[in-house]
Amino acid sequence: MSTPGFDVRRVRADFPILHQDVRGRPLVYLDSAATGQKPQAVIDALTRFYTHDNANVHRGVHILSERATQAYEDARESVRRFINARDAKEIVFVRGTTEAINLVASTYGRKHVGPGDEVLISAMEHHSNIVPWQMVCDAVGAKLRVIPVDDRGELVMGAVDALLTERTRILAVTHVSNALGTVNPVRELVRMAHAKNIPVLLDGAQAVTHLPVDVQDLGCDFYAFSGHKLFGPTGIGVLYGRLDVLEAMPPYQGGGDMILSVTMEKTVYNRVPHRFEAGTPDMAGAVGLAAAIHYLESVGMAAIAAHDQALLTYATQALSAVPGVSLVGTASEKTGVLSFTLADVHPHDVGTILDREGVCIRTGHHCAQPLMKRFGVAATARASLAFYNTTEDVDALVRGLHKVREVFQ
Amino acid sequence: MSSDLQDLYQEVVLEHSKRPRNFREVPDANRQAEGYNPLCGDQLSVTLHMEGDVIRDIGFQGQGCAISRASASLMTGAVKDRTLAEAVALFERVHTLVTEGPGAVDVESLGKLAVLSGVSEFPARVKCASLAWHTLRAALEGRSTSVSTE
Repeated sequence: MSTPGFDVRRVRADFPILHQDVRGRPLVYLDSAATGQKPQAVIDALTRFYTHDNANVHRGVHILSERATQAYEDARESVRRFINARDAKEIVFVRGTTEAINLVASTYGRKHVGPGDEVLISAMEHHSNIVPWQMVCDAVGAKLRVIPVDDRGELVMGAVDALLTERTRILAVTHVSNALGTVNPVRELVRMAHAKNIPVLLDGAQAVTHLPVDVQDLGCDFYAFSGHKLFGPTGIGVLYGRLDVLEAMPPYQGGGDMILSVTMEKTVYNRVPHRFEAGTPDMAGAVGLAAAIHYLESVGMAAIAAHDQALLTYATQALSAVPGVSLVGTASEKTGVLSFTLADVHPHDVGTILDREGVCIRTGHHCAQPLMKRFGVAATARASLAFYNTTEDVDALVRGLHKVREVFQ
Repeated sequence: MSSDLQDLYQEVVLEHSKRPRNFREVPDANRQAEGYNPLCGDQLSVTLHMEGDVIRDIGFQGQGCAISRASASLMTGAVKDRTLAEAVALFERVHTLVTEGPGAVDVESLGKLAVLSGVSEFPARVKCASLAWHTLRAALEGRSTSVSTE
């Protein structure tokens, strides 16, 4: 299997962690939906920043602070370009997707959601896009409503129009499901919500790693993602917000850098995006994220998406041929996530035996317990693919599953 | 199969996981508790009938992996007709066994429970093996709040 213009061997050479034996066997990493591995370019960028440029941003008059500030703001511009935002001011650096959604829930949400109002999410959200909205709803007496999911793991689009009511204050939905791989028709959802003047937040944590993302084309008001899933460092993430929406939002956390002036009587808040970045930010993280983005751009997101689809097709066929395997999530539009159950064997036992074969997958509820309930399972085994995975990785997974069947025969 | 996998999934463990003993709700239960493993979504309930401080009947229900089902099944057999104090002491020994390995405890005294010794080589699975025991302890202590392995 090969994708034109894409050399998976060359790509793998850029990821030092992949070249090791674990449990006496070559590592097969199939857990990239949990976190992505880091190319040497990202590791080098972090080292370079700490070796040459480290200083606090936006406050020093010295050369290092100047360099650090420049690197941090350059990183913002890299993110802007990567998701095609109009303005770098629309890019807010946060800790990750979870903080991005919490930021919107506690600022935009607290301001606009009132008693009797509704927040609309979907049944395939992970906990980060459920709990913050539940917290807002509980605090103000609003109601959480949920777009249902069908047996294939697709949103029931026919239900959406009726769920978008005159009381709906925001629609928050995932672009790609972490537990099913489903790619949601988010442009259509944005169109439907905007027709009723309802803003839309998209959770892009799983989408940015697999697909080219263009926030202007999607038309969303907010887009959230994490650096660590995007093959960048941990502890850095992005909230994109349309400039006019961000400018109308109250601040999030109070502290340094989010102010223009402070007296004991009154604080004047800083401009967007600094208003939402209180305290010393994760400067090295931003620099590392930018390095990850540059790396992905050099490989090409279109080539990555094509490889992902080819590998997904291969893996779907290979897994389906294993007796007892039942795939959970068979949407027509998917990315490289294979959630499955194996006959009467609990996913944890599957995970432990695969681990002994050097194959890393995720088992559990994937922080999406309501979705597991929808499919009548407590947990699944999940193999998630990235652009550095190969058909050999999938073959190792299949061999491991046969071992599991032997143990539990 | 590697030897540590064989130690983990011993015949007795697999057999108890496929056909767990006392997989039921005790009809005249006067103690009960729920246990959760938030890591994996596993859920388990333990019901007990106590006469004085003696466990006269015990059952468990819920869903979990082979290790958690086998551990729960073996536990019900091991603590029946024991006193509260004996059951708690057994819990302590089993906990030492699954966390520190067979060298840290008098394995002979554990009877069939000794088959859980393989768990100590799998730190990620210790919670699976101990969930039922934590839940039992909560039930014995009359704690009404849910138990979590976290």
